[in-house]
Amino acid sequence: MSQFQVVPDGGGLPTAGGEVEPEAFEKAPAEKAIVGRSPRQLAWIRFRRDKAGVVSGCVVLFFVLIAVFAPLIAKLYGKDPYTHYGNKDPNLLNDYGFPMKPNGGMDGEYWFGVDPTLGRDVFTQLLYGIRTSLLIAVIVVLLVTAIGTVLGILAGYLGGKTDFIVSRAIDVLLAIPSQLFFIAFTPVAIALMVDDSARTETPVVVQFMGVIVVLTIFGWCRIARVLRGQVLSLREREFVEAAKVSGASSRRIVFRELLPNLWAPILIVATVDVPTYVVTESALSFLGVGVQEPTPDWGRMIRKGFDQLSTNPSYIMFPAIAMLLFVLAFNLLGDAVRDALDPKSDR
Amino acid sequence: MLRFFVRRFAGMIGILLVISLITFYLFFAASGPDDVVQMSCGRFCTEEAKAGVRHDLGLDKPFFEQYWVYMTGIVMGRDIGDRSCSAPCLGYSFSSREPVTERIQNGFPTTLSLAIGAIVLMILIGVGLGVIAAMKRGTRTDKVLTTVAVVAGAFQIFILGPLLLLIFVYETELMDLPKYYAFTDNPGKWATGLILPWICLMVIHMAMYTRLTRSAMVDALNDDYVRTLRAKGLSKRDIYIKHAFRGALSPVATILGIDIGILMAGTVITEFTFSLNGIGRLAVLAVEDSDLPMMMGVVLVAAAITIIANLLVDVAYAVIDPRVRLY
Repeated sequence: MSQFQVVPDGGGLPTAGGEVEPEAFEKAPAEKAIVGRSPRQLAWIRFRRDKAGVVSGCVVLFFVLIAVFAPLIAKLYGKDPYTHYGNKDPNLLNDYGFPMKPNGGMDGEYWFGVDPTLGRDVFTQLLYGIRTSLLIAVIVVLLVTAIGTVLGILAGYLGGKTDFIVSRAIDVLLAIPSQLFFIAFTPVAIALMVDDSARTETPVVVQFMGVIVVLTIFGWCRIARVLRGQVLSLREREFVEAAKVSGASSRRIVFRELLPNLWAPILIVATVDVPTYVVTESALSFLGVGVQEPTPDWGRMIRKGFDQLSTNPSYIMFPAIAMLLFVLAFNLLGDAVRDALDPKSDR
Repeated sequence: MLRFFVRRFAGMIGILLVISLITFYLFFAASGPDDVVQMSCGRFCTEEAKAGVRHDLGLDKPFFEQYWVYMTGIVMGRDIGDRSCSAPCLGYSFSSREPVTERIQNGFPTTLSLAIGAIVLMILIGVGLGVIAAMKRGTRTDKVLTTVAVVAGAFQIFILGPLLLLIFVYETELMDLPKYYAFTDNPGKWATGLILPWICLMVIHMAMYTRLTRSAMVDALNDDYVRTLRAKGLSKRDIYIKHAFRGALSPVATILGIDIGILMAGTVITEFTFSLNGIGRLAVLAVEDSDLPMMMGVVLVAAAITIIANLLVDVAYAVIDPRVRLY
């Protein structure tokens, strides 16, 4: 991965990473003066030109808006994800607990049908389910990015003992089969956070925190490794040397000299990480160790559909398609962000 | 070479010790001995029985002594209560009372078969499509293949698995539910029994390989040495297969190394989705039953397998790319 070069201020052609912008190149001979653009502007221009990126960005935005306005949409629609409509309306479910109407009970009243055995509304469950995954994923990405950035920069810049300890920790964490560790440690983390003597149901906040803590502990090492490598090469560059010679403090060098050059890799890794954590969280719920009932969750919906695959295959469809779309859009967005911020890299 | 192995082996033992210490602490000490006794003994357990369990498991001893007993048990075997557990002893399962080592040994062939088949398919199809895309770069074939890889990359095992089961097993009844048969008994059944999970794993991991191979091949094809070969008059096929492909292999090997480790250590979701009794499913069941010795054993074995796999890949790396030296 490469980082941004210093862009000359209006002097020469705006170049990033050596690639000449075609648009800027075309404009140059015209009477219009050469426009100096910041790296951020250049990245934005590149992103806007990427059709797949813009479309996937819109899809992601759509999902985020749904997550934010889920209660409002549910209110307009007139249902909530917790009520067991099957108990209220005897015409919804048959004696075996399956929806009476075909296609999982889809009709004008329940757009995406009702869930088997309990008769909850699938549409609102989907709306609220994305909140669970997205909230956990975003918090984890923020934490992981913060911790990873600090430790990565410290290890790369300070070197010596700090570097040794951080690097060994990264090695250990990367050597671990993460899927297995997630399922083994999430219950432990949750158990440690609640008072065992009470023996009551685990509060939802604690379930969330358990998942977040485990994902964060095993997650920071990836970004830390990337940043450590970047800092190791940046540290030897002339502008850092110049700053050192001019008597800048370590603090200034880290924050004012190094960090501005690291935004691109940080943003790239963070965008790629969001769908990864959405998927990981859902996988945990699918295996039954993550967020528990009755909090709506895509992973658990898929699990319920999976358990009834041979008898009622329509239920799994909606959460599965929703998740597929979301991950696909976010992956494409991640590619577009990388292309925009780091034009030298090829996929 | 010898120095490399000694160093890596020492590092491996170090990492395993750290992992084992932390996991042992989290599983057996962090929640307090009463909880552990409860999990082992079950809900209906007299105080007397509890005291017995506490003594048998050594929970009345200080933490480091417990850890020491556990670790020496792996090397030399130990006695737990009135049962003797031969080396490598990982304790007895709380739920089935069987030795943990035995359960893991029984699950390992399934996990290994899953991993091997998936890796072969991943290399054949994932890398193969990448090579084709690189050879036809810029054409429609390239675009289609790249798109296929991107879409495949968005699939998850717990989405694709049920879909495949639905299509091939429940709706059309073309196949039976996936099941593990020993390769030595019946290779044909072994392959057909595991084909669905293999395809599943292949599709999930394919995207990475196709993209990586494609970009590495394209890079290699733009390299000066390829131009020289062309100028020399070498046939296109020889350039692609003998030179550019070989040059593109190293980055693929790196990712493959990580994936091999992960796959060997248990493909938790795959095994769970297809009800295959490998190490991964063992872990899920152990978590459901709060079966601490089982969890501890699986975690340790999985970590050890991953680390060994990574080591082997580093060696393979040096074989593929003569510029890499082991030190």
